[in-house]
Amino acid sequence: MSPQPNAVTKPGLWRRAQIKSEERLHVRLESLLVLIGLGVIMSFLSPYFLSVSNFLNILLATSTIGVLAIAATFVLGSGGLDLSLGSVMGLSGVAGAFVAVNLGLPSALGVAAGIGAGAAAGYINGKLVTRAFVPAFIVTLGMMGLARGLALVISDGRVIYGLPSALLYLGQGRPFGIPMPVIIFFTVVLITHYILAFTRFGRYTLAIGDNENAARTAGIDVATHRVILYTLSGGLAGLAGMLFMARINSGDPTAGISYELTAITAAIIGGTNLFGGRGSILGAVIGALIMGVLQNGLNLLAVQSYYQIMAIGAVLIFAVFIDQYQIRKAADT
Amino acid sequence: MSLLVLSNISKSFGPVNVLHHANMSVDAGEVVGLVGDNGAGKSTLMKIITGIYKADAGDITLDGQSILHLDPGERRAMGIEMIYQDLALAKQQDVASNIFLGREPVKSFLGIIPGMVDKRTMDRKAQEMIDRLGANLPAINRPVGTFSGGQQQTIAIARALTFDPRVVIMDEPTAALAVREVQSVLDLIRQLKKQGIAVILISHRLNDVLSVTDRIVVLRHGRTEANLTTSQTTMTKVVSAIVGGDDMEAAAAHESAG
Repeated sequence: MSPQPNAVTKPGLWRRAQIKSEERLHVRLESLLVLIGLGVIMSFLSPYFLSVSNFLNILLATSTIGVLAIAATFVLGSGGLDLSLGSVMGLSGVAGAFVAVNLGLPSALGVAAGIGAGAAAGYINGKLVTRAFVPAFIVTLGMMGLARGLALVISDGRVIYGLPSALLYLGQGRPFGIPMPVIIFFTVVLITHYILAFTRFGRYTLAIGDNENAARTAGIDVATHRVILYTLSGGLAGLAGMLFMARINSGDPTAGISYELTAITAAIIGGTNLFGGRGSILGAVIGALIMGVLQNGLNLLAVQSYYQIMAIGAVLIFAVFIDQYQIRKAADT
Repeated sequence: MSLLVLSNISKSFGPVNVLHHANMSVDAGEVVGLVGDNGAGKSTLMKIITGIYKADAGDITLDGQSILHLDPGERRAMGIEMIYQDLALAKQQDVASNIFLGREPVKSFLGIIPGMVDKRTMDRKAQEMIDRLGANLPAINRPVGTFSGGQQQTIAIARALTFDPRVVIMDEPTAALAVREVQSVLDLIRQLKKQGIAVILISHRLNDVLSVTDRIVVLRHGRTEANLTTSQTTMTKVVSAIVGGDDMEAAAAHESAG
């Protein structure tokens, strides 16, 4: 309407750097600095931290969580929630191993079964959320139990050993000296970053998370879009399950317990809004790397793994606190 | 023949009958006011036009062709735009993202990978539209939630006008605005009329409705109570139709004063 007097104060150096980082890299400046800071601290604390082989170790350990964090970013960004990520990952590992080992079918079918099982679980999540109107929190909490239980039923509660070599290559192969899971992880990052940041699908995802009603009036089929997102999330959890299974050389029905905690934490550290509307794949990668460096560092310092779980929980609460603090501060000014 | 015709529209939500055989029409270059008490069914009728709700019975035609089977996106593509009372903006997204939501131009990335949203074109066209509306936004690449109420309304209007609409529906566009901003919305409506765009204005501010419309359709309990030519009617007649004849003197006096 009419021109309004608008006191535009020139943003400070810090704010300008924040905006540049988000526009150019799609990454929050704070998380980037935390990652670098964490790396510097670790290299002082441990002589083993700063080496190529340790970096590859960190990337290898991060690849599973990283894929899950990408799944979490899509669903959280759309204003949804997927608590079943870790369990679905466990189910997929068992499904893949069962098909390839117990049924003796080709490895490719094992991979298809693993990812397919994940996608199917996600599809059911999506349908229940959008058609049966059960809240995502309850649906995915229920799926967490269903998928874990099914994994134990299929495997009869035992770990499935003896994967064929083609499947093992997926987790332990090193073309050009780079671990296969890392290569697959980076490929997934490139594709999903393109989708979320540059395509209509990505824009609709964030718009739905921002204001579902606005998305609907803009002609977006919100229910179908959500079903696709939950299916994508389940499929990515299935892929993570395949990577993990191949790396540890077995289908373990207890794989991925509490991984959704780490994945959601990584996504939120990366700048995804817990309530939807904002999210970045590269941010989630940085978040996953922060979790990876933290775990690797605590391992190198021989800190008991129980404390690491505590550290992840604390980081999650702290990350959301920082996010909410900034939102409140922005609302005040 | 009228551009947009609604005939015998009925709609109920469960046991509640909101609309009973409601009728209205609007011509190109005509401004029609839609008035009625709270709960008369105005917003429901408009959402049936945009396709957010489905009518239980009745027909809607644009240029003589039924649009009942089209979804909201397809109806927008036919040139039916609505500016919602709550503006329906995605507040964390920037100006261009809101204006183009659902209609983003795409190109291919590096000439190979398809489906890349052409953000540069979006930003340029968004800026042009904002400038054409004579609005002054500090920056268009900021989340729209950081703008004032009037500025957000400008963005919602810009979204409705960017794709050459044929019918623009405005739901209480002046309810939350300052006096000067109300005048510019009314000026905008007159401008749209000059361009041959059909406008449906929903408002409780009868003075605004009387000053800017050609016709006034009154809804009462989901029925079309009256279809008045603005130049031949008075505040009293409009109010009488809205309240159904009772106490109209007092109500009309109150409206005229306010």
